[in-house]
Amino acid sequence: MSDTPVDTPPATAIPVDRPHPVRALGLLSGGLDSILATRLLTSQGIEVECVNFHTGFCIQSHTAAIRNPKPGAPPPRHDALHAAELLGVRLHLVDISQEYVRIVTNPKHGYGRNLNPCLDCKIFMVQKAWEMKERLGFHFLFTGEVVGERPMSQRRDTMPLIQREAGVGGWLLRPLSALTLPETEPEKRGWVDRQALQGITGRSRKPQMALARQFGITDYPSPAGGCCFLTDEGYSRRLQDLWDHRGGVKEYTLDDILLLKAGRHLRLHPGCKVIVGRDQGENNFLGGFKKGRLLLRAKGIPGPVALVEGEAAEELLELACRLVARFGKGRDAEQVTMEIESDQGRRTRQVTPLSAEEIPKTWYL
Amino acid sequence: MVSLGETSPDEPSPPPRPHRQVDARNLLCPMPILRAEAAIAEMAPGEILALLATDPGLERDLPAWCRVNHHTLITIRRQGRELTGWVRKEKIGP
Ligand code: SF4
Repeated sequence: MSDTPVDTPPATAIPVDRPHPVRALGLLSGGLDSILATRLLTSQGIEVECVNFHTGFCIQSHTAAIRNPKPGAPPPRHDALHAAELLGVRLHLVDISQEYVRIVTNPKHGYGRNLNPCLDCKIFMVQKAWEMKERLGFHFLFTGEVVGERPMSQRRDTMPLIQREAGVGGWLLRPLSALTLPETEPEKRGWVDRQALQGITGRSRKPQMALARQFGITDYPSPAGGCCFLTDEGYSRRLQDLWDHRGGVKEYTLDDILLLKAGRHLRLHPGCKVIVGRDQGENNFLGGFKKGRLLLRAKGIPGPVALVEGEAAEELLELACRLVARFGKGRDAEQVTMEIESDQGRRTRQVTPLSAEEIPKTWYL
Repeated sequence: MVSLGETSPDEPSPPPRPHRQVDARNLLCPMPILRAEAAIAEMAPGEILALLATDPGLERDLPAWCRVNHHTLITIRRQGRELTGWVRKEKIGP
């Protein structure tokens, strides 16, 4: 199968003779593929720096650490940062979360299985990296993409589309799959030794693991961990629910997408959602978002903290209090005193906790 | 050398006075490091940044960020849930 031809931008800024040093800018997620792609180039003597883009949806172990840490577990770490350290390359951390809103809400190429706009996302990231390449004086870009590894953005037919739509032509190298792809400009010019690159394709991780062993790389995150909340079914369901209940307007704030990462989410009414902390870590986290929302907790009885978003008419507030009481140690009590904190102050309310049967499964998001 | 621990009144060498302070408390990773990166990009070599954060990941990420970008980590101190890191921007920095 042949790849779609790509337009190559004029190479006026690039000398045809081999520059010294050849400088490449790579997209580094911190996963094994991008680690290996970087190593394949640094081992050829190419001067590499990397960039890691923050979309707002990245799953770092820190996000997982919102919940109570496991006793004795080391503190969480930023995967890309630690990969850069392992590789001995400089890393640019760039926040694209504001501009990324339009990628998530209106992707030209649509979504994957969940609300992951992978193709638009990759095009956008490559465009951003190209701007940096031009500004910082790199000769070409590279990524850790592998042909056939992912169903949307890493297919033989979509990979050329990424470089075409990003406007980077033949200046985007995929070192792990290079031998199965048309030659890129840095290969054609002899700046990169194509024979020292790889021809990996498909979903099996075995060739990458073998290459990692060859390079002596052992400390990399598990591929099963995932790196983006948008590929998570539950997260996407909660994001879709958020849009559905804002008059179908696809928009979000950074607080919105952070809150979707923690707690149990229950929609009691089209205009009212309750987020219930599942442990002390999440209770602390939710407490940081009380501004503009109601914060509920049982008084004098251990139990979760909960946030109420949206309408808080008296009967809904009563229902929300009864629900939150159900998740605490007072669930079997006749009455529980709930504390309701708002921007205006605190008040209390006596409620009877809901029984398990009174909580419809359809409330859970 | 990096010290990490509760600040005590008899701490031998108080951290230097920062030229710039960034408050990244209650922000989750990678926001504290992103804020530090944005701040240090506007600072001159030799100047000192103090970064305040509550994300426990800072204990691993700030030293790694300094090593990767060739800044000098002067110290990280903890007070309860709060961590403060002092970083000197070096010439080869951004
Ligand atoms: S998984 Fe997320 S970060 Fe990765 S390409 Fe898809 S949308 Fe972008």
